[in-house]
Amino acid sequence: MIDGALIGAALWPALVNGLTMGAIYALIALGLTLIYGVLHIINFAHGSLLMVALYAVLVLFERLGLDPYAALVVLVPGMFALGYALQRFVINPARHGRDENTLLVTLGLSIVIENLASHFFKTDTRQIETAYTFMMVDVAGATIAMPRLLACVGALVSCLVLAVLMRYTDLGRAIRAVAREAQGARVVGIDVEHVFAMSFAIGLACLGAAACFLLPAYYVSPQVGHGFVLVAFTVVVLGGMGSFTGSLVGGLLVGVIESLGGLLLGESLGQIGVFVVFIAILLLRPSGLFGHKA
Amino acid sequence: MSDPASPPLPALDTTSGRRRFLRASGALAASAGAAPGLLLAQPAPIKVGVLLPLTGAVAYPGQQSREGVMLALDDINGGGGIKSMGGARIEALVADAQSQPQVGAAEVDKLNEAGVCAIVGPYASAIAFATTQAAARHNIACVLDQAVADQITARGLKNVFRFGPSYEMAVRTGINNFHILNTVAGKPVKTVVVVHEESLFGTGTATTIARDLPALGYEVLEVIKHANPTRDFNNIALRIKARNPDVVMQANYLNEFALLLRTLRQQGVRPKAMYSIFGGGGSNPKVAKELGEAAEGVLDCNHWFNPKDKRGPALRARAEKKGLTFTHELLMGYNATMLLADAIERARSTRREAIVDALAASTWADHFMPYGPTRFVNGQNQGAQPIVTQIQKGDVRVVLPNTYAEAEPVFPSRVG
Amino acid sequence: MHPPQSNRSVTGMASSIEDSAPPGRGSFSRSARSGQPAAVTHLLGGTMRSVRVLGAIGIVLALAPLVLHSDFQLTFVTLALYSTLLGAAWNILGGFGGQYSFGHAVFFGLGAYVAAMLQVHAGVPAWIGLVAGVAAGAAAGAALGAISFRYGLRGSYFALVTLAMAEVFRIVANSVPFTGAGVGMMIELRTGLADLQFESRRGYYYLALVLALVALAVGSWVRHSRFGAALAAVRDNEDAARALGIDATRVKVAATALSGTLMAAGGVFYLQYFHYIDPSLVFGPSVSVEALLGPIVGGLGTVLGPLIGAFALALVSQIATHLLGEAPALSMALYGLILIVMVTFLPRGIGGLGKLVRLRARRGRDA
Repeated sequence: MIDGALIGAALWPALVNGLTMGAIYALIALGLTLIYGVLHIINFAHGSLLMVALYAVLVLFERLGLDPYAALVVLVPGMFALGYALQRFVINPARHGRDENTLLVTLGLSIVIENLASHFFKTDTRQIETAYTFMMVDVAGATIAMPRLLACVGALVSCLVLAVLMRYTDLGRAIRAVAREAQGARVVGIDVEHVFAMSFAIGLACLGAAACFLLPAYYVSPQVGHGFVLVAFTVVVLGGMGSFTGSLVGGLLVGVIESLGGLLLGESLGQIGVFVVFIAILLLRPSGLFGHKA
Repeated sequence: MSDPASPPLPALDTTSGRRRFLRASGALAASAGAAPGLLLAQPAPIKVGVLLPLTGAVAYPGQQSREGVMLALDDINGGGGIKSMGGARIEALVADAQSQPQVGAAEVDKLNEAGVCAIVGPYASAIAFATTQAAARHNIACVLDQAVADQITARGLKNVFRFGPSYEMAVRTGINNFHILNTVAGKPVKTVVVVHEESLFGTGTATTIARDLPALGYEVLEVIKHANPTRDFNNIALRIKARNPDVVMQANYLNEFALLLRTLRQQGVRPKAMYSIFGGGGSNPKVAKELGEAAEGVLDCNHWFNPKDKRGPALRARAEKKGLTFTHELLMGYNATMLLADAIERARSTRREAIVDALAASTWADHFMPYGPTRFVNGQNQGAQPIVTQIQKGDVRVVLPNTYAEAEPVFPSRVG
Repeated sequence: MHPPQSNRSVTGMASSIEDSAPPGRGSFSRSARSGQPAAVTHLLGGTMRSVRVLGAIGIVLALAPLVLHSDFQLTFVTLALYSTLLGAAWNILGGFGGQYSFGHAVFFGLGAYVAAMLQVHAGVPAWIGLVAGVAAGAAAGAALGAISFRYGLRGSYFALVTLAMAEVFRIVANSVPFTGAGVGMMIELRTGLADLQFESRRGYYYLALVLALVALAVGSWVRHSRFGAALAAVRDNEDAARALGIDATRVKVAATALSGTLMAAGGVFYLQYFHYIDPSLVFGPSVSVEALLGPIVGGLGTVLGPLIGAFALALVSQIATHLLGEAPALSMALYGLILIVMVTFLPRGIGGLGKLVRLRARRGRDA
C-alpha cells in the first residue's frame, strides 16, 4: 500500500489540501471555542446548527439566487439572532447551574433540529453548482478548488474580526471578564446573562459564516453536522478551549494531520491520527497549544 | 450496514437513546377505485407491516423505499385488491426502525400484535439481521426490499425472502458485465483502481473485485478504502491521478460518490471509465442531473427495471410526477410489495404459514424486472440480477445486458 | 464544563467525611450496633432500604411476565431493562463519581467484540464469552481510568478523552482483520442457556432483568459503601478529599473499572440478543448517549435514577410516536422537545422530583 515515490509526489499537495480543509474546521471550531470558553458548556447542538445554516444558504441560493458568499450578510446576523434567542430562552432556563442539564438540553436541541430538518427538507443530500465550483487555483504545484481557497481567507478574516472584537470593544471586555470569573463580573455590574447570550450568538454567527464558505465545496443533508462535531471538538481542545488563535492553528493542524494520515495510513485508518493527537494533547497538555493553564 | 446509497448506521447519531415500539398507524393505503358500493360488504383489509428506517442515519433510502411500497399499494388496491379474497384491500401498518436494529426488532413484535400477515422491509442489512429473526418467532414472512447481505438468507430462517440479487450475486454479475463491456470495446481497459467505503458493502465489494479481476486479465493498481463520511477527496483524487488507471471502480454511498466525482473533475482526473457496483449515485437520476458533466458516462451495476417493459418507465414517471426522485430503493420497495401481493393472492388467506408457503413456492413472472419468474432457494430469488446503467446526457439509461439495453454503452467513456 | 460541585446533598458530603475517617474504627455494622454517629446509622439504614426497594422491584419485575402476555410489552420492558443496565453502568462513574464519560461505547463495544470473537473464532460457549467480555470491560475501564486520572483529567477534558477513545476503537475495529473489519461479526443462531440465546422472549427478559438488577445493586452498594463515600467526597471536592487521605486517583480508577465492567455486560447482551455487530453499531456515539441519557433524566447519582430514566424515556418515546406516528421525524422532534422541557422543569431529573416537592412543602410550612 505504501509507495515511497507516490507519497513523495503527493506530499506537497496533501499538505496544501490539509491546510485548506483545516481552515474550514477552524471556522466551525471558532464558534465552539467561544461558547466553551465563556459558557463552559460543550455544545452538542453545534453540528445541527451548522446544518441549519447550510440549509439557509441552500434555500437562499435556490429560491432567491443569492450567491453563497453574498449570503454572508444574511447568515451572520441571522445565526447571531438565533443564537441569542436559543441561549436566552432555551438553554439558560434549563441549565439550573448543572452541567448535565446543559448536556441534555443541547442534545435535545440537536434531536429537534435534525428531525425538523428531515421533515421539512426531506432527507436527501443537496449540493449547489456555482460558476466557480470547478474553478481551480495553482498553489506552487498543488491544485486547489476556488471555494476551498476562499474558505481559507474566510477563516483568517473571521479569526481577525473576533480577535479585534474581543480586544477593543466593551462587549469583548465584558465577555473576557465573564469567561474568567462569572461571579466577579456579576458583582461589578456586568449583565452576565446577556453576555452569555451574546457569546452564544457570536458563536453561531461564526457558524453562519462557516456555512457560506462550506456549501460551495460540500453538500448538505440533515445529518451533515455529525461529520464535523468531533473534528470541531478536536480543534478546540488542540488549540486550547477559548482561544481563537488556537482554533485557527488547531484547525489547520487537524486538517494537515488528517490529510497526511490519510496519505500514509489510508483514508480509513488514517482518521485515527487525529484522535491519537487529540488524546495525547489532552493527556500531556490539556490546556491546549494556546490555552491558559486550566 | 451493507446497502448502497446511504451512510452506515450511527455516525454521530444523537437521536439514539430512544426506542419506541408504539406505532401501528394504519396508513390506509391511498385508495383509488374502492369507492362504489358502500352497501356491499367489504372484506376485512389485509394488514401488512412496512418496517423501514424512516429517521436516523439511513432515513433517506428508507423513505424512498416507503414511497415505492405506497405506489405498489395504490396499484394493488386500485386494481381491485386481492381478488382471491373478495377484493380485500391491503392496509399498510408503517413502522419506523429509526436506523437501529434493536428498534426494528421491537417493532416486529408490535406489528405482530397488530396482526400483520407479513412484513416488507427493512432496507438495511444490519437491521434485517435483527428483524428477520424476530419475525421468525412469529412465523411472519419478511419480504426484503434490499438488505442485500448474503448472511441474512443463509441462517436457515424459513420466513425470509429476497426478490432482488444478494450482494455476492451482484458483485459477480457486476464483474462479468464489466468484462463484457470491455471485451466488446476491444479491451481498452487494463488497469483498475478501486475506491470503496469501509463497511460491509464497500469492503466486501472491493475484496471480491480485487480477487477476481486479475484472473480476467486486469491489473488492480490500488484499493483505496475511505471512511463515512469522508469530507475531502482531494488526496484520493491525487492518488488516482498518480496511478493513472484506465478505470476507477467505486463501491460507496451517495454523498461520497458525488463528492469523489466532483473532486476528480476538479483535479482533472479523467479515467477511461467510472464503474460502480451498487453505487450510491451511479444510477440516481438526481445525481445525474445535479452533477451534470462530472457524472456523464458513469456506469453502475445496480437494481434497475427492464426498460422494455412499459410498466417500469411508467412507474418512474408516476414517481417523478409526485415530485420524488426515482431511485433503486423506491423500485425495490415497490417490487417487494408486489411480490407479496402475488403470494397473498395465491395463499387465499392471511394465515402466516400460508403466506410463507406461497412465497416459497412463488413463480411470479408478472413483473418488470430483468429476472424471469421467481424461484426461491433458501429465501433468495435465483433469477435475480442487477443490470448496468450509464448516465447519458444527464439521464440514467440501461446499456447492458443487450436483451434489456435501451442505449448503446459509451465505453470507454472518458468520465470527468 | 466543570466537574459538578456544590449542588450535591449536604448529607452526602457529611457522610463521606465520616467514612473517610482513619481506618481501624471498625466496620459500619459494628459502629452502627454500638450506636455510633448519626451519619453512619443513616448510611446503614440507607443500605437496608435500598436492598428492600431493589428486592421489591426485582420481585415485581420477575413476576411481571406472568401478567405481560403480549410479546410487545415483554420486549418493551426487556429493552428498558437493557437501557437501565447501560444507565446504571454509566451512573457509577458519572453519577456517583461525577466524571462524565461521553465514550462509554468503548466498554460496550469491547464486551460485544470479545464475546463475539471468542464465539466465532474459538467456538467458545457464549457464557464464557460473557465472562471474558465483562473482564475485558473491567480491564479497559481500569486502563482508561488510570491513563486519564493519572494525568489529572477532569470535567470536559475527561469527557472528550473518552469520546476520542471510543472513536479510536471504532476505527481500529473497522481496520483489523480479526474483528471482521467493516463487515462486522455475526454469531450463529443456537438457542440454549449456555449459548445465552433463547427461543422465547422470556429468556432474554430474565437475562436483562438479572443484569439490570445486578447493576442497580452495585450502584446501591457504591452509594452506601465506604468506597462510595470516598468516591462522593472526591466528586464533591477532590482537594478536600485528598486532604482527608483519600487516594482520589485510585478511587476514580476503581469506579471506572466497575462502570466498564457493567457496560461490557450490556455489550454482550446486545450481541446475544441481536446476533450481529459492526464497529459503528457498538462503538458509535449513540451507545454512549443512550448510557448517559437515562441516569441524567432519572436522577444523577441516585440508585434508582437509571431505572426511572430508562422507563421514562421509553414511555416518552411511545407517547411521541403515538401522537405523531404518521410523521416519524416529527415524532422524534417531539421526543427531543419533551427532553428539553423535562430538563427545564425537572432540573434534578425525575428522581429529584420528590426532593423538590418536599423542599417546596417545607418552605411553605416555614413561611
